[in-house]
Amino acid sequence: MKELSYLIFQAVLGTTFLSCVLYLVFFVSQNGKVRRVARMILILSGVLQTLYITTRLLLAGYTPITSAHEAVVFFAWATTVAYVSFRWRYTVKNFGTFVSWLIMLLLVAAALASREILPLKPVLQSWWLPVHASVSLFAYAFFSLAFCGALMYLLQERELKRKTFGYWYARLPSLDALDQLNSHCVAAGFVFMTVGIVTGSLWTKQAWGTYWQWHPKEIWSMVTWILYLVMIHQRFTAGWRGKRAAVMAIAGFATLLFTLLGVMYPLGGV
Amino acid sequence: MPKESFILVGVNHKTTPVEIREKIALSSGYEQPLRQLAQIPGCKECYLLSTCNRVEVLVVGSAGQELEERLITFLFGADAPASTWREYVYVHTGSEAVQHLFTVAASLDSLVVGEAQILGQLKEAYRYATEIGTAGPLLNRLLHKSFSVAKRIRTETGIGSSAVSISSAAVELARKIFGDLQDKHVMLVGAGEMAELAAQHLVGQGVVSVTVVNRTFTRAVDLAQRFNGHAVSFDELLTQLEKVDIIISSTGAPNVILHKDQVKPVMRARRNKPLFFIDIAVPRDLDPALNDLENIYLYDIDDLSQVVEMNRSERDREALKAGRIVEEETMKFDRWLDGMELTPTIQDLRGKADEICRIELEKTLSRMSSLSDKERKSVEKMAAAISSRILHGPLQYLKSGSCGEHDMTQVKIETVRNVFGLDRNGTE
Repeated sequence: MKELSYLIFQAVLGTTFLSCVLYLVFFVSQNGKVRRVARMILILSGVLQTLYITTRLLLAGYTPITSAHEAVVFFAWATTVAYVSFRWRYTVKNFGTFVSWLIMLLLVAAALASREILPLKPVLQSWWLPVHASVSLFAYAFFSLAFCGALMYLLQERELKRKTFGYWYARLPSLDALDQLNSHCVAAGFVFMTVGIVTGSLWTKQAWGTYWQWHPKEIWSMVTWILYLVMIHQRFTAGWRGKRAAVMAIAGFATLLFTLLGVMYPLGGV
Repeated sequence: MPKESFILVGVNHKTTPVEIREKIALSSGYEQPLRQLAQIPGCKECYLLSTCNRVEVLVVGSAGQELEERLITFLFGADAPASTWREYVYVHTGSEAVQHLFTVAASLDSLVVGEAQILGQLKEAYRYATEIGTAGPLLNRLLHKSFSVAKRIRTETGIGSSAVSISSAAVELARKIFGDLQDKHVMLVGAGEMAELAAQHLVGQGVVSVTVVNRTFTRAVDLAQRFNGHAVSFDELLTQLEKVDIIISSTGAPNVILHKDQVKPVMRARRNKPLFFIDIAVPRDLDPALNDLENIYLYDIDDLSQVVEMNRSERDREALKAGRIVEEETMKFDRWLDGMELTPTIQDLRGKADEICRIELEKTLSRMSSLSDKERKSVEKMAAAISSRILHGPLQYLKSGSCGEHDMTQVKIETVRNVFGLDRNGTE
C-alpha cells in the first residue's frame, strides 16, 4: 500500500509536468489540439491526485491534511478541481497555462516536504478536521486562481499601457475577462475561507475549550481574511477594480502562502 | 468556334476612381441587369456582383474581343465606345477569371483585406443568378467552389482575424480592454471621416449607442442620425464621459480639449470603469498624460498605426498562404473544367467501360482454364460488344446537336458524368 501510494504520487508529478509542458507548447503555438490534450492530461492528474489522497486516507486512518506534505497536496488537488470546475463554467484564454504551472509548483513543494505519516494527537481527532481543513484549502485554491488571473491582468495591462504589443498581447485575454475572473474567484474563495475560519474556531473550542487563542496561525489567517474582505468591500463600494484589484489579489495570495508555509508548519503544524 | 470559357469583366476600388465607378449604369437590384446580361449574344451563363467597392460580371461564353466589348458596354452604357473604358476595367479569362473570383471570395482583394462581408455579398449575387436562371452548370460549380475556397482560407489562415486598418485596430484594442463590446457606449468628439469609419466598425461589433459631440450642433445631429444615436452639445462633454466607454476624438481644435485633471474626477463617478480614448486628431485633442491614470487607455494615431503595422507583417504572411490556397484550388478547378468538355468526357466514358470489361474478363477467364484460345477471344469480343452497345445511347445523347435555342451540351456532359460517376478529381 505504501509503495502504491508512493508510485501514485510519482505518477501525479509526471502527468502534471506533462500537462504543464503541453500547455506551454499551446501557449507558444496557439494550437487548439495541443490544448485539448493538455486539459485531458490535467484532468487525469486530478484523478490521480484523488487516488493518492485516498491511499493516504487509508494508510493514516484519518483525513490526510495534517502534515505540510498532505496539506500542500490537498491544496494542489483543490486548485485542480477548482480550475476544472471553473473551466466548465466559462473559458478564459490561456488561463490553463498559468494555473497548471502553479499546480506543478505546489506539487513540487509537496514532493520536497517529508512524506512521513505522523500520528495525530488524540485531542485533534475530530470530524471538524476534514471539514475545516478541506474548506480552508478550497478557499486557498480559489485565491490561487485569482492570483493567476491577477498576474495575467498585470502583464496584459502593461502591454496596453506601454503600447508595446509584445508576446503577451496576442496571447492574453481581455482585461475585462481577467478582472471578472478576479472578482468571481475572490468571492468564491472568501466564502470558503469564512466557513473555514468558523469551523476552525469551533474545532479549537472542542479541543482546547476556547474559540480563539491568539495562535500566530489564527492571527495570520485573520489578517488574510481581512485583506480579502477589504478588497471585496472596496470593489462593491468604491469600484476598486483592474490593476488595484490585481495587486491586492497578489498581496492576498502572498499573505496566504506565508500563513500556510511560513507560520503553520514551522510552528508545528495544525 | 473558339473554346468556351469564363470571362470576367469588372472594376474595383484599386483600378477605378470612384468618379468612374459611379458612372456604371446599373439600376437598383440585380434582377433587371441580370436579365439584360443574359440577352447579350454569346453569353451562355452569367452572374453579376455589385458592391460599393466593385462591380463584376462573370459570364461563360466564347472568349474574344467582341464579347468583352459587349460586356464593357453593358457596364458603362452605350454613350461612349467601349475602348474609352478599357484602362479602368480588368478583364480575366479562363483560369485567370477563376483565380480572380477565388481571390475576391476569400476577401484578399478587398479594401479591408480579410473582412467577411464580401462572401455574403457574393452569395446574395449568386442567389439572384440562380433564381433568374442565368447560372448554368459551370457557374454553379465555380461559385460553389469559390464559397468553399473562401471558407477553407478562413479556417486555414489567420487572414480574417487580424486587424488591417486604423479603425479595426481600434476595435481590436477595444476588445482587448472590454472583451465584449455588446453593452458599451461610444462617443464621437468631432465629426471627422475617420472617426465615422471607426464608429462604423464599432457599431458592427454591436455597441449599444453612439453619442456625437460637435462644435457645430447640426453636423452632430446629422452624424448621430446615421448611427441611430443622439447628439449633445460641446459643453456636456464631461458629463457624457460618465456614461460612455469608448471615446473617438477627431476635432480640428488647435489645442488639447480634455486635460488629465478634468478626467480624474470623472473616474470616481464612473466607479473606475475603464475608459478607452482614441485620439485620431492631428494635432492631438487629448492630454497624453491621460494614459497615466488608472483604468484609462489612451491611443493616438501613431499608436494605432503601430498596431496596424504589427498586424501587417502577420497579415502578409497569411495572405501569402491564402494566395497559395487560391492557386491550388484554381488548378483543381481547371482540371475539373477540362473534363467538362465533350471529347474528354467521351474518352472517360469509354475508358471506364473498357476498364470494367478488363477487370471482369480477368476475373472470369482465370477461373475457366478449359477454354481454347478461340473461345476466349469470343468471350472477350462479347464483353466489348455489350459495353459498346450500352454506351451507344449515352454517346448519341452527348453528340446530338443542340436542341432549340439553348446549347445543352454542358448540361448533358454534367448529366452523363454524374450518371456514370466520371469524376476526375477535385470533387468532394
